[in-house]
Amino acid sequence: MIRLEKRPMPSRTLPMITPVIAVIITMIAGGALFAVLGKDPIEAIRTIFWDPVFGEFAFYYRPQLLVKAAPLILIAIGLSLGFRAGIWNIGAEGQYIMGAITGAAVGLAFYPTESIFIFPLMVVAAAIGGWAWGMIPAFLKVRFGTNEILVSLMLVYVAQNLLSSMALGLLKNPEGMGFPGSRNIATNASTSSWINEAAGLHWGIVFAFIAVIFAYILLYRHILGFNIQLSGEAPRAARFAGVNPTRLILFCLGVSGALAGMAGLFEVAGPAGQIKIGFNVGYGFTAIIVAFLGRLHPVGIVLAAMLMALTYIGGELAQGTLGLPSAAIQVFQGMLLFFLLALDLLTNYRIAILPRRAF
Amino acid sequence: MKLTKILTGATLALGLATTAMAQDKTKVGFVYVGPVGDGGWTYEHNKGRLAVEEAFGDKVETTFVENVPEGADAERVITQMALQGADLIFTTSFGYMDPTINVAAKFPDVKFEHATGYKQADNVSIYSARFYEGRAVQGHIAGQMTKTNTIGYIASFPIPEVIRGINSAYIHAKEVNPDVEFKIIWAYTWFDPAKEADAATALIEQGADVILQHTDSTAPQAAAQTAGNVVTFGQASDMSEYAPFPRVSSIIDDWAPYYIARTQAVMDGTWESVSTWDGIGAGMVGIGEFSDAIPADVAASAMALKESLADGSYHAFTGPLNKQDGSAWLAEGETAADYGDGGLAGMNFYLEGIEGSIPQ
Repeated sequence: MIRLEKRPMPSRTLPMITPVIAVIITMIAGGALFAVLGKDPIEAIRTIFWDPVFGEFAFYYRPQLLVKAAPLILIAIGLSLGFRAGIWNIGAEGQYIMGAITGAAVGLAFYPTESIFIFPLMVVAAAIGGWAWGMIPAFLKVRFGTNEILVSLMLVYVAQNLLSSMALGLLKNPEGMGFPGSRNIATNASTSSWINEAAGLHWGIVFAFIAVIFAYILLYRHILGFNIQLSGEAPRAARFAGVNPTRLILFCLGVSGALAGMAGLFEVAGPAGQIKIGFNVGYGFTAIIVAFLGRLHPVGIVLAAMLMALTYIGGELAQGTLGLPSAAIQVFQGMLLFFLLALDLLTNYRIAILPRRAF
Repeated sequence: MKLTKILTGATLALGLATTAMAQDKTKVGFVYVGPVGDGGWTYEHNKGRLAVEEAFGDKVETTFVENVPEGADAERVITQMALQGADLIFTTSFGYMDPTINVAAKFPDVKFEHATGYKQADNVSIYSARFYEGRAVQGHIAGQMTKTNTIGYIASFPIPEVIRGINSAYIHAKEVNPDVEFKIIWAYTWFDPAKEADAATALIEQGADVILQHTDSTAPQAAAQTAGNVVTFGQASDMSEYAPFPRVSSIIDDWAPYYIARTQAVMDGTWESVSTWDGIGAGMVGIGEFSDAIPADVAASAMALKESLADGSYHAFTGPLNKQDGSAWLAEGETAADYGDGGLAGMNFYLEGIEGSIPQ
């Protein structure tokens, strides 16, 4: 008989190895899925995991991995602070949109002026835009005790409608022949977030890694980080220790909003290029998965974001070269998350095989 | 700049490597905005792809990527196809315009074809269909089928292509039924069955008994079927699984002849950058079979309208026509120009009689 037994202490090594085990199980189960679809499973797995990094065209895909991972890292780092403290910002997608709008609006306002001061101003505007959008659920929570999960999520839809309105009206390209969408700000050196487009390097990647370092220091070397962890794990103890929950809520939602807003700007001023309907493709939501996949740890988040980026890019590659349907790729990504979370169980429980009892 | 060099270098190397072994195999790539099983827009583009395979057999190899978001991801997918050695790439949604142009600049030897956009380049052709001609026939039937005099319209994005469709359907419905009224919902999506079904239901609840759609899924058809007594038209594809009712006819996009001709041109080395905008006459826009739910006299006059559009004796936008604000657009007998001021390509206004405003 097989039974789950609670471990006296959560395992310390397992959280490190379960992601690797989950990836291996996903490869096996995914390979079986691809085989059922009539594709060579080994080739499919190789196309998804190996080709983007070491294949013939890796020179193109490696930078693309960073481009895809950067917004995920930036947003997930912000979210992880709140998640550790039990403050659930689900609306990063909305803050991402707002940052893109405010940042791009500043850039467009200066068109066609050229100056090296414009881009820093755009970054600040984006951070303020995202911060302000994050402050709405924060303020409502501390003032009226509303649920920040619902408020922040609902504000995503408000932001999406604002985005549509901006693309159709205020920020519409006057030379766009009536088509919705702003001017392209990525092609103008003063407003572009690209450092080197050929290498796939934009400021978002730089800021993502700065954010990782700051988050690490904050969480493990600073009293505020300790307070965040304490509030999440033992809220009562935190209150006795004098942690001010109001300040913590404002801080966590504000920081995650500002980071998401900046991520939005780096995307709109670089890879996306213009404010348009459908600009947001779900980075704010995927970042929630990335944050948990990375165990809310700054370094883990970097690895998780790279892994997600790899499945996206490898998945597209497998569609193009092997003719795998996109639904199969989505199932494959789903499997990865499922196995990861399922194996999490082993951190707190262990499998015990008991001798068969006679009744 | 460096990337340009690297990429061109890579394509050159690849070109050299592949010409020796697969000189006679032309690689054609397709980028789709929805899934191939959407039953509408992407489904028809994919039928075009399959027709290319059938026409050329072993001489072509086609690949596609579906569900590609319109934006940064599209650029990567198109680049990937070019890197993999595609000779010809069809990007089949409006939002792929800038990505297509960007990638095309990096791969001067690869030919690109962008659907429904307006930016052309030396190695980028543009092509679209005059869907508004089909909308004219649709409006003509819809205006006579409605009993509540309310026609619901599920619009996707406020771009000229969609606005042309609304205007064309409206004036031809109004022509046969002066009391007709349009209710328009903007869904801001090309493909989202849940959203489309919600929009259809909302329109039906507001009294619409005919639903026209400019979105790609069959969800509005299903919603109409559930509601009973509501007429629909297939969009982009025949959607004949909902015939004879609620689907009474359809607008069918037939890309196959164009895709075959363009592939042939690449094989022959005669490919040139062109701008193609064909309608019912050239066969790019088809009208699906009229079901028995349409009264015989309506079907006959609709057929006559279709014929006159096909042979060019009638233009779907023929004056006198005024803009929504009452200002004159086309004088008596004047037909709309394709380009220029007030041209169809950049149409961004409603015609007189339509209520509401184009979202801004």
